[in-house]
This record gives sequence, structure tokens and C-alpha cells, in this order.
Amino acid sequence: MWQDPLFGIWFNLSNVMMLLVAALIVFLIAFFATRNLKLKPTGMQNFMEWIMDFVKGIIKSNMDWRDGGRFHVLGITLLMFIFVSNMLGLPFSIIVNGDLWWKSPTADPTVTMTLAATIIILSHYYGIKQKGLKNYGADYLKPMPFLFPLKIIEEFANTLTLGLRLYGNIFAGEILLGLLAGLGGAGIFGFAAAALPMMAWQGFSIFIGAIQAFIFVMLTMVYISHKVADDH
Amino acid sequence: MFFDHLVLGATGEFLNIGDIAATLIVFIALMLLLKKFAWGPLMGVMQEREDLIASEIETAENSRLESKKMLEEQRNLLKDARTQAQEIVENAKKQGEVSREEIITTARAEAGRMKDAAVLEIANERDKAISAVREEVVALSLLAATKVLEKEISEEDNRQLINETIAKAGEVQ
Repeated sequence: MWQDPLFGIWFNLSNVMMLLVAALIVFLIAFFATRNLKLKPTGMQNFMEWIMDFVKGIIKSNMDWRDGGRFHVLGITLLMFIFVSNMLGLPFSIIVNGDLWWKSPTADPTVTMTLAATIIILSHYYGIKQKGLKNYGADYLKPMPFLFPLKIIEEFANTLTLGLRLYGNIFAGEILLGLLAGLGGAGIFGFAAAALPMMAWQGFSIFIGAIQAFIFVMLTMVYISHKVADDH
Repeated sequence: MFFDHLVLGATGEFLNIGDIAATLIVFIALMLLLKKFAWGPLMGVMQEREDLIASEIETAENSRLESKKMLEEQRNLLKDARTQAQEIVENAKKQGEVSREEIITTARAEAGRMKDAAVLEIANERDKAISAVREEVVALSLLAATKVLEKEISEEDNRQLINETIAKAGEVQ
């Protein structure tokens, strides 16, 4: 932990570094994949277009494209950022003087909860913007007025589950990887015992990372569509 | 322990606002940068392609309709041409019939006319020949009579005989 001397704000520098690394990787992938764009796509452009269409599909399955088109960029960036973040902690982790430096940024609840809260706040913002304050407020009394308290709880539950699901999955994966790595480093027998589960768990973690990125984007669009779309 | 700050709520006495800010800033900056450098151009290209395909389809549809129309037109023209050709042939045939008839009629008339002319000519010639012969006969008979009757018949008788002969010749005719 490091305290900024000017405002007294605490930073977890490991988080900051890993966020920057993830952002840099995503940016580089996207940047170099979209150089030399052609009407007849080749190579990486195909891949990027596939991602775009994939996110477009997610949005379209939740709301009308007229409403959802503006979330396209958000969706693609979220998907790639979270996926890359999830992958970062898989190959290795670096611990310096007992402090974990290299890990998935999404294995930190602060980061995931920040993303989740941002999404929920965005959904409220666009809900009010799209439907007006009156209709937005009226949605809390549907389908039955007495469900109002539940509706309020739902909002917080959504935020919590959205952030903690991602955090929990990735963090658990890294803990297990860390334990297996400890076992693998313990000796020749430990390595023999750990090698196979390690490979299996890494493969599974890649799967989990991809699935969690997809789920996060999917739920983002679901929550936003609940607020934005007229019928739901 | 490094687990301390990884567990929710374990940040203890300090809330790491810095992480929250960093996450937000990094994510938003990433999103804006990508929008400018990657997604924007890519979406542009995809939109362009979409437009291109749409316009190509429209063009194809249009040219299909146009060629269909032209085909119809050509077919009509062909049909017209065929009818016209038929008509022309028919007309020519009719015309031929008419001129044949005409030519035959003219030829027949001409032939008739020529035959009449020939008949007339023949009659003329015959008349001419007859009169010539008659004259010759008169002259000859005169000559003969003169020679035969030179001395025996008087001039009066002579004249009478001549006239008689002439009258006879006229009767013969």
C-alpha cells in the first residue's frame, strides 16, 4: 500500500500496475488489429470484427439496437479488458517481500466492485435519460407497489453480485493456482503431483476467465436494458 | 500478510480510494482511446461494408429488373418484327399476284391487238394484191385482146369488150 502524500489517498500499487498492464495489452491488441483496415477483412481484422459482432449479439439479445448501439463500445472494451485481466494472473504471479505484485487485476474486489458499480450507475443514468425521471421512478413500483423494498435491495444485490462473482471466480482460481505452485515448488514429488492438476486448472481457469468476461458483459447489458428498454 | 488486502473489507483502517480512481481512470481512458483508435475505424469499415453490400444488392436488383424489362422489350420488338415480316411477305405475295394478273391481262390485250392488226394488215395486203392482180389482168387481157383482135374488131367493139371484161372482173371479185 502506498499513500499519496498530497491528498492522503491510499493506492494498492499492484492493482494500479496490473490495471495499466491489462489496459496496455488490450490497447495494443486492438490497435494493431485495426491497422490497415480493409473492406475485405483478413487476419486480425476478422477476429476483431467477430468480437464486435459477438458483443452486438449480446446487446441485441437484450434490447433494441437503437437503444443499445451506444453501449457497443462499452461492451467490447469491457469484454476484452476483463478477459485480458483474467488471463494475466494465470501464467505466474510475482510476490515481492510478501506483497503480491503480479496478479489478475480482477482478482481484487476493489477493482471488480468499481467496474460493477460503474455499470449500475450507468444503467441508472441511461434509465433516467431515456425514460425520464417519472417513468424511471415508476419502474420501482412495478409490477406491485409493495415490492418496492425488494426493488431497492435488488439494485444493491445486482451491484454486489456483478462485482463479487467476477472477483470470486478469478481470485479462487488464483488461490488454487498459488497452492498448486507451492506444491510444485516443494520438491520433486510435489512437482510430479502438482503438474497435472496445474495444467488442468490453468486450462479451466482460461475457460472460467472467458466465461466470466462474457457473463459480466451479458449482465451489464441485461441491467442496462432493464433500465433503458420500455418492455421488460 | 498479502491476503489481507485481497479479502473484501480487509483493507482495515484505510479505504483504497486510489484503486477505485485508478480502475475508473484506466478503464475510461482505455475505452476512449480504443474508441478513437480501434473501434471507431473498425465500426466505420463495417458500416462501410454494410452500406456497400446494401448498395450492391440494390444495384443487382435494379439491373435485374432492368434486364427483365429489356428482355420483355426485346421480345416485343421481335414479335413486332416477326408480324411485320409476315405482313411484308403477305403484301409482296398479294402484290405479285396483282402484277401477275395485270401482266397477263396486258399481254393478252397486246396479243389481241397485234392479232387484229395482223388480220387487218393481211386483209389490206390481200386487197392490194387483188387490185394489183386485177389491174395486171386487165392490162394483160387488154394486151391479149389487142393482140388477138388487132385487125378484126373495130374500135367500138374493142371498147365494148373491154368494158365487158372489166365488169366480169368486177363480178369475179
